[in-house]
Amino acid sequence: MGILFSFFAVIALIVIVFIGVKGAGLHYFFVVIIPYAAFLTFVIGVIYRVIKWGRIPVPFRIPTTAGQEKSFPWIKQNKIDNPSSSLGVIIRMAFEVLLFRSLFRNMRTELRDGPKLSYASTKWLWLGGLAFHWTFFIILTRHLRLFFEPVPFFVEILESLDGFFQVGAPVLYVTDIIFLGAVTFLFLRRVIIPQVRYISLASDYFPIFLIFSIGLTGVLMRYFLKTDVVGIKQITMGLITFKPVVPEGIGIIFYIHLFLVSALFAYFPMSKLMHMAGVFLSPTRNLANNNREVMHVNPWNYPVKVHTYEEYEDDYREFMKQAGLPVEKE
Amino acid sequence: MAIQKPEELSKINYKPPKTAWFDTPTEIKKGFFCWGNKEKSLKAVGFPNIRQWSVADEDWKLPENWKEIFIEGLRERVNKYRSFRLFLDICVRCGACADKCHFFIGGGDPKNMPVLRAELLRSIYRKYCTTSGKIMGKIAGARDLNVNVLKELWYYAYQCTECRRCSLFCPYGIDTAEITILARELLNLLGLNIEWIAGPVANCYMTGNHMGLLPHTIMDIVNEFKESIYQVTGINVDPSYNRKGAEILFVHPSGEYFDPNGNITFLGYLMLFHELGLDITLSTYCSEGGNFGFFTSNEMAKRLHSKIYAEAKRLKVKWILGGECGHMWRVWHQYHNTWFGPIDFLEEPVSPITGTKFENAKSNKIVHITEFTADLIKHGKLNLDPSRNDNYIVTFHDSCNPARAMGLLEEPRYIIKNICNHFYEMPPQTIRENTFCCGSGSGLNASENMELRLRGALPRANALKHVNEKFGVNTLANICQIDRATLQTLVDYWVPGVAVRGVHEMVGNALVMKGEKERTTDLRGDPLPGKEGG
Repeated sequence: MGILFSFFAVIALIVIVFIGVKGAGLHYFFVVIIPYAAFLTFVIGVIYRVIKWGRIPVPFRIPTTAGQEKSFPWIKQNKIDNPSSSLGVIIRMAFEVLLFRSLFRNMRTELRDGPKLSYASTKWLWLGGLAFHWTFFIILTRHLRLFFEPVPFFVEILESLDGFFQVGAPVLYVTDIIFLGAVTFLFLRRVIIPQVRYISLASDYFPIFLIFSIGLTGVLMRYFLKTDVVGIKQITMGLITFKPVVPEGIGIIFYIHLFLVSALFAYFPMSKLMHMAGVFLSPTRNLANNNREVMHVNPWNYPVKVHTYEEYEDDYREFMKQAGLPVEKE
Repeated sequence: MAIQKPEELSKINYKPPKTAWFDTPTEIKKGFFCWGNKEKSLKAVGFPNIRQWSVADEDWKLPENWKEIFIEGLRERVNKYRSFRLFLDICVRCGACADKCHFFIGGGDPKNMPVLRAELLRSIYRKYCTTSGKIMGKIAGARDLNVNVLKELWYYAYQCTECRRCSLFCPYGIDTAEITILARELLNLLGLNIEWIAGPVANCYMTGNHMGLLPHTIMDIVNEFKESIYQVTGINVDPSYNRKGAEILFVHPSGEYFDPNGNITFLGYLMLFHELGLDITLSTYCSEGGNFGFFTSNEMAKRLHSKIYAEAKRLKVKWILGGECGHMWRVWHQYHNTWFGPIDFLEEPVSPITGTKFENAKSNKIVHITEFTADLIKHGKLNLDPSRNDNYIVTFHDSCNPARAMGLLEEPRYIIKNICNHFYEMPPQTIRENTFCCGSGSGLNASENMELRLRGALPRANALKHVNEKFGVNTLANICQIDRATLQTLVDYWVPGVAVRGVHEMVGNALVMKGEKERTTDLRGDPLPGKEGG
């Protein structure tokens, strides 16, 4: 049900553009108002969510330790997977955020007759996830060309690296291929692996379809359908300089692409996509394992009702005396 | 109890049902759950909704406004624990955790996939605490809370041993233990505990230990232990209790007084302390290091453990040494300092024998016995004869909490390598941070849930079987009293012929004590290698 709902939700978004642009001629609405509104929703939404998380206390320091603790000089500590210093935590987080360290650990469990359990390293999810996120990031960075005049040097370097193979005209970007491949992979594993399909919700399929459609419309625009690049750059420069313009004759495919991107931006703060910001705040990863060395303060720590020694002695004094145990009161 | 044969039990179907999980009603199956708490157990600690109830009954006798209590409790906790809210918010359901849970591997119930176990609560959180869930309902993964949903939550909150293996593999570090700890807190607001937890909690609150051992009983047991040590070694050890002015307070799990398998580990400690001439005391008031309160609510955990520092203060000791226990060390290491700190009435721990400063424990002042003993061995302070353990072909089972909440991996191994000659590791995917739970942790070590426990122990037992067949391993060493008390039964089922032993039991065997008689048996009374004829 979730999968169909999500599929038709994305189709509906595309239909809206057709009706709005082709039918009602709402060019200004789709090129100016929607992108501004979406971007604003994104920025405010993400900040709101992060502040909301950030204001909730971290009562306990609960890192998941994934290696040897710091104890004696003669026992080698795993300073990254079990950090005891801030530097160690920063490196651990960098590995986690940039290279998906935890997913890299992934292994597949298999049960054979016997019974015999075996565990094989499996890197597909790690690889697919890494490919998806990094190519997404590179593609997004490449888009900066549309928002700067002159184009920043790092964008040009990135583009020349990305188009290294010099295939076709316009030059084929390797990231485009990898990106669409990775999204497809993430979708397929979600429907093919029975357990993953079982846990998947509409909110898992919707972003996949949305992001795939964004990639697809982008690829169509760049390689297959003629689009007025100069006109598009006028629009993007207009948006970023707050002097929006709506040039004539831009193909519908651009409107669809832009609207889907806007939908993604607007959807982002209220969805699981917030994992992008959330991962930085995860208490099992971003804290040092130095609990016995440095005290961690819980702001809402409160006194609790206990059974004191005095009460204990009152309860059992005779027994204690009989057993020869010292007592406070005779 | 009619449990199937291992060959039958290990035929596991991992295929999820055809119907979506929220449309698939949960059947509360015998062999998988523990009996509900008794009235008196809740009464002892003043918990809400004290009444007689039974899991098997249709009516769980909930308070009239149970739904409000639950939802109010949920809202309160998502604003008190960043971990909780974050973990409810950011899961992308990638499925990396699915086959990391021992209960899922051994049972195949899809609701035991950590992600789905969390979704049971997450769906309620969405419904009552998020805008999208309120508006979009089912399509946003939200569902109404009703009695059946509550029962399902209870059933699966007590099918998680809070071992945190899943959190190791999660790309965001989502920790199911955090989810089930708080789910259990919420259930406890409604008086929905299990007796196997609630009983020990009540005992521990009143008598200082889970077993409910009264002070004179403890002394009687210790006198028997002294006698056992005398018979094996000819040496009179003389442990002191509740003694003011000792340098060190020793706290250990009370199961070691009670459980025949744990007893021997305790003998090992006593022999070590005697041999070193440590100025050390135990206490009947804090005669428990374990903390079943931790399986109830964070507040209850704090209530039970406040006695440890209070007693250290009363007895005016300098620092605290802790025995072999798993979840006790999670609580001591990750929670104690925060609950009770700053601990300025104690001194930074220093080994009186080697002079080593335990830098990593300088703030909360509690040292793990394997850290203490490893340091002794490193400095050559112990006279050890590993050949006395030659009958043992040993592997080491990392207990979940020391492994994944501390990183105490090398210290016990260093000791083992110095006290026995035959040591083999289980496959790397099943030890250290990857270690598998015994299947009985977090208060699930009852007998009525035996099928669950046997299934949960399958991954651990299977790795053990591997080294048993390959190297002839016959001893599973560990540093956790729950392991010692529970794993033997499970190992007997899956890998007959392997014994479960505490590390300090083997230390006691290997320790050559000044003035001891020629030993002919180990601490269990079994003949030492080469002494079989006698």
